[in-house]
Amino acid sequence: MVETLIIIIAGILFSVGTYMLLSKNLLRIIFGTGLYTHASHLMLMAVAGLKQGAAPLLSERAEAYVDPIPQALILTSIVINFALTALILVLGYRTYMETGFEDMRQLKGMDHE
Amino acid sequence: MNNLLIVPIAVPLVAAMVLVFLQKRPRLQLAIAIGALLVALAAAGTLMIQNKTEGIQTLHIGGWEAPFGITLVADMTSVLLVAAALVIGVCCLLFAWDPTLAGHHRHYLFPLMLLLVVGVNGSFLTGDLFNLFVFFEVTLIASYVLLSLGGTKTQLRESIKYVLINMVASTVFVVAVAYLYALFGTLNMAHLAERAAEAGPDGLVTVVGLLFLVVFATKAALLLFFWLPGPYSAPPMAVAALFAALLTKVGIYAILRTFTLIFIHQPEVTGTVLTAMGALTMLLGALGAVSHWSIRRILAYNVILSVGFIIFGIALADEESLAGALFYLLHDMVTKAWLFILGGAIIAIAGTDRLRDIKGLIRYRPQLGWMFLLAAMAVAGVPPLSGFIGKLLILKSGVGAGQFTVSIIGLVTSLIAFYSLLRVFILSFWGETLLNEGEQHATGRNAVLPGLVLAALSVGLGLGSGVVLEWLEPAVRTLTDPAVYIEAVLGTAVR
Repeated sequence: MVETLIIIIAGILFSVGTYMLLSKNLLRIIFGTGLYTHASHLMLMAVAGLKQGAAPLLSERAEAYVDPIPQALILTSIVINFALTALILVLGYRTYMETGFEDMRQLKGMDHE
Repeated sequence: MNNLLIVPIAVPLVAAMVLVFLQKRPRLQLAIAIGALLVALAAAGTLMIQNKTEGIQTLHIGGWEAPFGITLVADMTSVLLVAAALVIGVCCLLFAWDPTLAGHHRHYLFPLMLLLVVGVNGSFLTGDLFNLFVFFEVTLIASYVLLSLGGTKTQLRESIKYVLINMVASTVFVVAVAYLYALFGTLNMAHLAERAAEAGPDGLVTVVGLLFLVVFATKAALLLFFWLPGPYSAPPMAVAALFAALLTKVGIYAILRTFTLIFIHQPEVTGTVLTAMGALTMLLGALGAVSHWSIRRILAYNVILSVGFIIFGIALADEESLAGALFYLLHDMVTKAWLFILGGAIIAIAGTDRLRDIKGLIRYRPQLGWMFLLAAMAVAGVPPLSGFIGKLLILKSGVGAGQFTVSIIGLVTSLIAFYSLLRVFILSFWGETLLNEGEQHATGRNAVLPGLVLAALSVGLGLGSGVVLEWLEPAVRTLTDPAVYIEAVLGTAVR
């Protein structure tokens, strides 16, 4: 039940993210990618099944424990996306300083090449 | 268990970390970087021999047996690609030893190039889909920085688009991994292959496979190549050569691996989609290659064109076509690095990459000119050179499978590729020269050694094609029969 809810939330985040990615403002696009990654993490968590038992600490007595793999995957993915978001924010800032544009239409290129 | 598997990943990684501390000493950096790659190459060579004699080599990191831990798998395909990537890495490092790039040398060009090679090697060697994602990201992050290093307007503009597209593709990758995990409860490729075989031809699995195809096609520039020409023409040519030879090939390898191992149970769907994408990529790449007047863009479209051809070979998926695709993949890595290095020398000497402004270079640089012609002939597949056998095998198998249209597209587009490169050769080397002695913007001397090494490789691959095919035989056996791979990774312990 909760899984369904999470999947729906992930879907909403994906659609909002797509909307923002299609906008022309660079900063909005960057936020859109942030929403995308959050949505994908929620999905990873939901497809593996939520809260089915204790924390995945293996002991003799644990009857049931949640699957640790999706958690490990999400953690890895969060770290990577944190670095990427930092990188693209800096890149966006530098591009803005260098070209004076934050509108993607003006970053097309090709005209003077 | 074979600890040698970690060497092509760990040694360049550690070397890259050391190089960061030697910021002020570029010559030492270069020496260490090349040394690290040669050590890794020696390990790859040993693994190649072990593959031939003992079969597939695996390493379960930390002693956690597959499918529970992280597994590295070196079958012949992976090892050959790793070896090619390392040789190309060395050549690109040598080409990057250029006085005009002194600023880049001080700003971590060499460690970043090493990190890119680390990511590529890791992608080739990993036996786990999520790990593949991680190594993709290692490669990509290195490429983001390499692309924007220098910070010119064009570079920044192109890197923004490149990073955004790859971030979206990576998100789709994670989503596809989530679906696959939901279906099979594992991400170890051998384990996945086993469970996919148990599931049989299942529509759901194929849909997830196609989602993976979207991701890998974006990275491999298969049909979804709209992003490629920009970023490949922005950075210095030494970096562009590394990108052209390695980046798209990682995507191709991922397609080759997953679509010969996991998503093989509905070939009527996956094969058709791959063939169609390959054919369209060849056609559109060929159109791009003849429609541009910039050397960088012509070469970038040549990269796209050959991706389509290799994918056609993978889509046919019989022994002959897979041997051809692998051979052509190795050939393509070598020749694309070669072309970009020679093209880079032309651009450096002329000071521009617009073909209309370059003329008569043959008078000052005859060796460079003839070598460029030789590279163009290798791309076209003229017999003694390396392109011939791969093309022959793929086309033979294509005609045998009744794919006449796509085979003809393959033949015609390879002629167009030759034409586009001949145009570069004729326009930039023939004619009345525009430069006087001493007016050249660079000597282009740094292209000589890597150019010769790659030329020797291309000729060697072509002349020794019989020997190469013999070495490819275990690779093809693994690709056509997933059981070999599964057996090597999982053993009999799990079942």
